[in-house]
Amino acid sequence: MTKDYCAGMTMGLNSWRPADVNWGSFFFLIFASLAGGFAVAVVLSSNIVRMAFYLVLSLAATSGLFFLAGADFVGAMQLMIYVGGTLVLLIFGVMLTSSSPFVTMRTHSGELVTALLLGGTLLALLCYTALGVPQWQSPAIADAPADLPPVTATLIGSALEGYRFDALDEPNETLRAGMSGYLFPFLIVSVHLLVVLVGAAYLARAKRRRDTSPATS
Amino acid sequence: MASLLNQLWNGLFVWLLGFESLKLADDHAFGFVVAALIQVGLLINLVAVGALVFIWMERKIAGRIQDRLGPTRVGGKFGWLQTLADGVKLLGKEDLMPAGADKFLFRIAPYVSFCASLTAFFVIPFAGGLVPFVGQQMNVAVFFVLAIMGLEVFGVILAGYASASKWSLFGAMREAAQVVSYEVPMGLCVVVPVMVAGSMDMVHIADRQQGWFTSWYLLHDPFTFITFWVYFTCAIASVNRAPFDLAEAESELVAGFHTEYSGLRWSFFFMAEYGSMLAVSLLAAILFLGGWHGPIPVASLIGLSWENGVATGLIGNAIGTVVLLVKAFLLVTVMMWVRWTLPRLRIDQVMTTCLKYCVPIAATMFLGAALFQLWLPGRVFFGLLPASEAIRTLAETQPSDSSFSQSTQSFPRSRESSDGVFPLDSRLRGNDEGLLCGNDDGSQLVEAR
Repeated sequence: MTKDYCAGMTMGLNSWRPADVNWGSFFFLIFASLAGGFAVAVVLSSNIVRMAFYLVLSLAATSGLFFLAGADFVGAMQLMIYVGGTLVLLIFGVMLTSSSPFVTMRTHSGELVTALLLGGTLLALLCYTALGVPQWQSPAIADAPADLPPVTATLIGSALEGYRFDALDEPNETLRAGMSGYLFPFLIVSVHLLVVLVGAAYLARAKRRRDTSPATS
Repeated sequence: MASLLNQLWNGLFVWLLGFESLKLADDHAFGFVVAALIQVGLLINLVAVGALVFIWMERKIAGRIQDRLGPTRVGGKFGWLQTLADGVKLLGKEDLMPAGADKFLFRIAPYVSFCASLTAFFVIPFAGGLVPFVGQQMNVAVFFVLAIMGLEVFGVILAGYASASKWSLFGAMREAAQVVSYEVPMGLCVVVPVMVAGSMDMVHIADRQQGWFTSWYLLHDPFTFITFWVYFTCAIASVNRAPFDLAEAESELVAGFHTEYSGLRWSFFFMAEYGSMLAVSLLAAILFLGGWHGPIPVASLIGLSWENGVATGLIGNAIGTVVLLVKAFLLVTVMMWVRWTLPRLRIDQVMTTCLKYCVPIAATMFLGAALFQLWLPGRVFFGLLPASEAIRTLAETQPSDSSFSQSTQSFPRSRESSDGVFPLDSRLRGNDEGLLCGNDDGSQLVEAR
C-alpha cells in the first residue's frame, strides 16, 4: 500500500510539467518587484533613515538581478559599492536626525512639480534608449545554447590589461579600438580618488584644529 | 580498499535508483526546490548549532581563563546544554520595545544582521576536488564574501538608530566607524592569497594548497605569514569582538547597540555575531591554512581521493569538511582566548591600529608577496620546496574558470578510467551529478558539460 501511495504521489508530481516553471522568469519577477517596490517606498517615505534603508534593499535586489543574469562580478560589485556606499548615506541620515529623533521631511508642492518633471524626463529618456536597442526588440528570445561557457570575470580582467578577447572577431576596424586596455585610465582615476580622499582628510583635520585652538589659548 | 568502496557505492546507488518511485525528471521543479531546501537547511543548521556550541565554548573558556569552572550542571557532565536552556529562557522573555522607537526598523534590524551573516556561507566551500561541497560555487567567491560581510553593520546601525536610546546610537556610530575602517586592511590582506593562487574562486584557492602543510599559504613566504596575522586582527575587529568590541562596551555604553533588545531579537544579534566569527575563520582557514587539506593529508595518503573514484572522493571530501571545520573552530577558540585575555581598546587606539599599523603592513606585505612570486615562482614553504605536481597542473589550468573546466574535462576522463563509476544511464546522470555537486542549480553543471 505504501508503495502504491508513493508511486501515486510521484506520478502526480511527474504529471505536472515542471519544465514549464521558468526559474529565470520566476526569480526575475521576485527580484524586479522587490527592487521596484522598495524604490517606490524610497519616494513615498518621509523619514530619512527609512528612505536610506529602502534604498539599500532596492539596490540589493538589483544585485540579485545581476547574479541571476550570471554576472557574479557585477553583482558583487553592486553589493560592495552601491549597497556598501549607501551605508554612508544611512550614517549621515542617522547623524543628521539624531539631535531630534525621527525628523520627517516635508516636500512643498513646487518641489514636487520640479521633481516629477526631472524624474519623468529621465524615465522617458531611459525608456526611449532601452527601446532603441535592436537586440532587445526581438520577438522570441532564443534559449541559451547548452554548451555556453560559464560567464566569468576573466574577460573584464583581461580587458583591463589590454586583451580584448570579445573584440578580436570584430570585422569593423574602428570598433576594435580599446585594445590598448583600460589599465592606464583606471590608474589615473584611482590616483584622482586617492587625492580627493587625502584632501578630504586634510580639510576635516584643519577645521578641527581651528576650532580647538581658541579654546586652549 | 578504494575499489571495494567504489563497488559498494555503485551497488547501492544502482539499487536506490532502481526504485521507480524515486525517479524524477531532470528538470523537475520539485527536485530543484528540494535540493535548494536541503542546502539552505544544512547551512542554517551550521550557523545556529555553531552558535550554540560557540556560546558554550565561550563560557567554558572564559571560566577556565578566569580560574573557575564555567557551566557544569545543565545537561550532565560539562554543562553542554547550558546554551539550550538559555535559549528556552530567551524564548519565554517579554518582547520589549522602547516607547519612542521606530517600530518597523527596530523589529527588522536583527534579521538584517543575521541574513548578512548567513548569506556569506552560501559561497564558502567545505570541500573541493571534482565535486566541491559548496552551496553555490562562484567565480568571485572571496569578493562576494567580503561584500556580504560588510552589510552586517546595517543591522547594527538600524538597531542603534531605531532604539531611540543614546547608548544604542553611540554604539552604532562606533561600530560604523570601525567596520568601515577595517574593511580596507582586511581587503588588502585577502588580496595576497588571491594573488598567489591567481583566482578568487575559493575552491581553487584551497585546492592550490593541497598536500602537506608545507604548501599552505600561511607558510608560502614570509610575507603571507605576516599577512595572516594582520588578516586575523582585522577579522576580529570586523566581527566586532573584544578587544575591538567598542560598540557594546559595557563599562561605558550599558550594552551598546543592543541595549534595548531582549528575548529572541537579542539572540538573533548573537547568532549573527557567532555566525560571522565562523565565517571569517572559515575564510582564514581556506585562504591561509590549506582549507580542507590537512596538515598531514591522511585521507589522500590512504587513497580516499577523487583519482580513485567517486565513492572514495566523496568520503575524502567528508573528511576534508571535518578538517576545515576543526581549523575554523580552532581559530574561533583563539578569538575567544584573545577576548578574555586582552583589555578593550579605546576608540582612538582602534583607529590607530587600523590606519597606522594594519593598512601599511598589509600594503607592504602585498608588495612583498608580489615580488616574491616574481622571483621564486612555483615554490612553496618559504621558497624552500618546489610545488608538487598536482599544484602545478592546477596552476596551469585557467584559474578563473578552473572549477568548470575541471568538471567539464576530467569528468568524462574519470568515468572512463575507473570502470563503471557512473553506471547510470545518461538521462539520470545529469540529475545525480547536479545533486552530488551540492549546487542548487544542477542544470548549470549539466550545461557546462
